[in-house]
Parts: sequence; C-alpha cells; structure tokens
Amino acid sequence: MSADSPADPTGGVISRDEVAHLARLSRLAVTDAELDVFAGQLDVILSSVARVGEVAAEDIPPTSHAVPLQNVFRADERRPGLDQEQALSGAPASEDGRFRVPRILGEEQ
Amino acid sequence: MTAPTLVDFDDVVARFDPTLGLEVHVELSTNTKMFCGCPTEFGAEPNTQVCPTCLGLPGSLPVVNRTAVESAMRIGLALNCSIAPWGRFARKNYFYPDMPKNFQTSQYDEPIAVDGWLDVELDDGSTVRVGIERAHMEEDTGKSLHVGGATGRIHGAEYSLLDYNRAGVPLIEIVTKMIPGTGDRAPEVARAYVTQLRELVKSLGVSDVRMDQGSMRCDVNLSLSPKASGELGTRTETKNVNSLRSVERAVRYEMTRQAGVLDAGGEIVQETRHFEEQSGSTRAGRRKETSEDYRYFPEPDLVPIAPSPEWVEELRGTLPELPWERRRRIQAEWGVSDEEIRDLVNAGALDLVEATVAAGAPSGEARSWWVSYLSQQANTREQELTDLPITPEQVARVIALVGEGELTNKMGRQVVDGVLDGEGEPDQVVEKRGLKVVSDEGALITAVDEALASQPDVAEKIRGGKIQAAGAIVGAVMKATGGQADAKRVRELVVERCSAE
Ligand SMILES: [Zn+2]
Repeated sequence: MSADSPADPTGGVISRDEVAHLARLSRLAVTDAELDVFAGQLDVILSSVARVGEVAAEDIPPTSHAVPLQNVFRADERRPGLDQEQALSGAPASEDGRFRVPRILGEEQ
Repeated sequence: MTAPTLVDFDDVVARFDPTLGLEVHVELSTNTKMFCGCPTEFGAEPNTQVCPTCLGLPGSLPVVNRTAVESAMRIGLALNCSIAPWGRFARKNYFYPDMPKNFQTSQYDEPIAVDGWLDVELDDGSTVRVGIERAHMEEDTGKSLHVGGATGRIHGAEYSLLDYNRAGVPLIEIVTKMIPGTGDRAPEVARAYVTQLRELVKSLGVSDVRMDQGSMRCDVNLSLSPKASGELGTRTETKNVNSLRSVERAVRYEMTRQAGVLDAGGEIVQETRHFEEQSGSTRAGRRKETSEDYRYFPEPDLVPIAPSPEWVEELRGTLPELPWERRRRIQAEWGVSDEEIRDLVNAGALDLVEATVAAGAPSGEARSWWVSYLSQQANTREQELTDLPITPEQVARVIALVGEGELTNKMGRQVVDGVLDGEGEPDQVVEKRGLKVVSDEGALITAVDEALASQPDVAEKIRGGKIQAAGAIVGAVMKATGGQADAKRVRELVVERCSAE
C-alpha cells in the first residue's frame, strides 16, 4: 500500500481510507458500514500474509513464480478463436457486433 | 472553461527553456497477438479476431509470442539499447472496459530494452542525440465507441460499444529520456525524432507504423522552466498526437499555453491533455494517476523472459542498414540531389527503384519509370505504388527491352499496362499484343515508298532540298506501321529514298 498514507489509528496495515480508495479504483460501490467490515477483514488477511516476511531472510529473493521456468514462448502462428456470435454470447448486452457497456465514468485511460 | 492565454512563441523561448519527453507506441505487425493466436489485421468486423484469452474469459491462459519478443529486442538494439538479461511482465490494474481482463499486461520496472539513443537529424543538417530511457512490451486495448451525447466523445455518452479485435495486439512503448536544451527547435526536434523513429522501425519490418491507422501513436510530454533557473517545471502529457505535423503543433501549443499560465502566476498541473487535431490546441483530460493506483505486480501467468547473449547477438545480426545511412549511400551511388532522393522517399519509391536497379536497370530509367508513369498508374488505380501488381524485375525487363531498341518508350508503357492488367510477364505481353519495333528494313522501305507516292508534292519538296518537309512522310509511315517503327530510322530512310531517285 502507499507509503505516504497516514498510519491507521487502530494500528492495522490498511486504513479505512485506503479501502475506500481501492473500492473507487475498482468501481465498486461500498457503503460506510461495508468499509468498516472490509477494512477489518483485509487487515487480518494482510497482517497474516505479512508474517511471511518475518521468516524471509536476507538471502531469500522475493518469489513471484512458483515454477523454475523461463522463456516459455509460442510460435507466431494463428489459432482459431471465437466468431462474433460466440464472442458476444456471454455479454449482458450487445449492439452492432460489439459489447454494450454502461456509460463509462471518468476519463479514458 | 476560459480560453487559455497564449504567449508568442518567440517570447516563450526568450524567457523559458522547454524540456521534452516523447512516448511512442508502436503496434507490431505480427501474425498474431501478444499472448494468444488471434490475428491482428486492421479493419476486420468487430469482435471477429478474439478468443477466450484476449477476452479475459475465466480459465484462459496467455502464452508469449516469440516473434513479438524478438521484434521488441530488435527495436531496442536498433535504438542502441541494452537488452535486459532477465525480466518479467506485470499487471497494470485499472477498471475500464477497453481491457476486458481489467488489467493490461505490460512491463513495469523490468523493461526488455534500456538506455539507448537515437541521433536525430534536423533540417539544417545538425544533429540532436535523443536518449532512450526504455522500450517495453505491452498489449493494445480494445476500441470504444461512445454512443449518444456529442459524436464519438465520452462526455454525455449514454453507453459505449466495445470491439476487442485490437485488445492484445503487441505494442512496444518507446520512451525517451528528458530532452533539454532544444529551445526554439523543440517542436522541430520532436517531429524529427518521431519521423526518424518511424523510419527506423519501418526498416526493421516489424510494424507498418501507420499513424493514420493508429499503428504508431505519440504522447508528448512537455515542461517549461524559467531560463537559467536550473529547475525543472511540471510537465503535462498530451495524448494521442497522431500525425507528424501534430507532434510539432502539440509541442508548440503546449509551450505557448504553459508560458501563459506561468506568466499569470499560475501553476502547471500534472495532467493528461488531449490534442485537438482541428484547432491544434490541447484540452485538459484526467489528472494523472500515480503509478501506485495501477497496483502493478508481477504477472503470475507468464514466466520471466531471459534472453541469452547468443540470442541477442543473433538478433543484432539481423539489423538492416540504418535507413538514413542507406539513403546517403544510394544518393552517392546514383548521383542524385537531396531533393530527388526526398521525392523518391515521399513517393514511397526508394525500395522499388533500388530493387529495379538491382535487377539490372540503370538508376535514371528506374527512377523515371517509378516516379512518373507508375506513380500515375498508382494514382489512376487508387493504389499505393508498392501495391501495384508489377515487380521491380518486370519493370527492369521493360527498361531493358526499350534500351535494346526492341520497344519504343510508348510500347514500353503498353507492356507495363499489360503486366498491370494481368496479361503476364513483359515478354508475354510483347508477344500477345504484337508489340515490336519494325526493324525489317524491307517492310519499312516499302512503307516509305508508298507514303512518298501518295504525297507526290511533299516528295517533290524533299527532293528539292526541303528536308523539314520529311515530317509529313514520317508521320504517314508511323501511322501505317501502327507507331511501331523507329521514327528516327524512318526519317533517315525518307531522306535516303528521296536523294537516291
Ligand atoms: Zn485472442
């Protein structure tokens, strides 16, 4: 989480404000009551995971992948995909061969 | 929103130092997308080049396109970058429907190519070295169509329609280091850099770099600082500047706008701005997110990429001659002016002419055929010169036939027409259309005698020494032979026949 966010008064690793911020980034409508619940729950999860750091020694590099593999590639060859009807079959709404989504909030990325 | 106060450009550069930064996205022209086997062609029916992976459906897994990685490395090497011996992809998380996965697979702090440069040549022949910070791999997003409200614009739109054909197309983002000290030439440097980068990437054959089709896109970062202040100003990022001319205009506009804000005692806000093609101005977009908001983390579904030194050297060996060096070499070989070579490049004819010369044609003829007759044909047929259905070898054959006197220039054009119309190889067209310079002297002499006999008064004049009257007889002979005779030889024969009598 952000290094400059104010320390949570309860001493947890994630603040209620940070949970609200994350909810906004994820476009999730979270009520005040839910924020209290989630902040508490996430705090438990994060503190539990953080305990791993306590046993990690200096000589153990952080792991991002569990398998000792690298350079896994595919040849630049086409493979059959989905047709338009199949592609749109799971969409809640579509129009003119395109996925139809609600008015987009905020600016384009 | 009030219109911004713009400061006169000369006044801006007298009092401020601009610092430039350019981010260029290049869409690779691989057969398939970055992480799945879907095609990448521009212009297909919406959502017909998609699969579970690029639609972000549950259970699908990405696999990296080897050719895309090699293209990224070749771009990096051509830009004098070092190739990272080990690196991972990362997830850039954001919630927006142009990415159905809700994250873009990108490279974050482990780009594949770092720390290079490109020497950019300006109009007056001087050179500016532009540092390259990084080139990294990522994937393109889908295309949104906003419906309702102002046409195509997001503001006031009622809903949006998404086409994911482009989602997942390999994208290389090339980021410059800060470019300070360009002063009043900042707009020119920006344009020259993008022009040269475009040419370089094109020469690698990894992208068609069409700015009009979005396969090359440019974001312009610009800040101003008061002269000799030693401070760096706050920068803005102007997005989607999609033509070379716009790159120049966007830099110029931001310089004059930012100076206006600073003069009024205001502060430049770090934000994304959008370039307005029509007015040449920029308008404020969203405030820039901090990279923290994207919650980057290493992509767990893709394993690291670790190019071996052997692989890197093998790719370095595939780099072609730099386009501007090649141009200089060709110019010297052919002995043509700067202007002529520029015309060839602008007409998209340089490669074609070079291949025609390689097929044995003299460079002068090769240039002339491509730049004049074939360019006209391309225009008439509404095709690109490179798309004309005639090869440099075929053009060289026509040039040889004309050079050997087998065909007149006019016949040569007819042969080219025949090839363009699918009548086969030049020699077949000559055969089928019965195109041949009449060199049978007997037949020609008969034709000359007949013409002289049918115009006795003209013949009389020629005999009397009025050689210029021969034109009428030459014309008659050319007509009688269907334009296939060599006019010069006919003229000689007319004079000969008249004096012999
Ligand atoms: Zn796909």
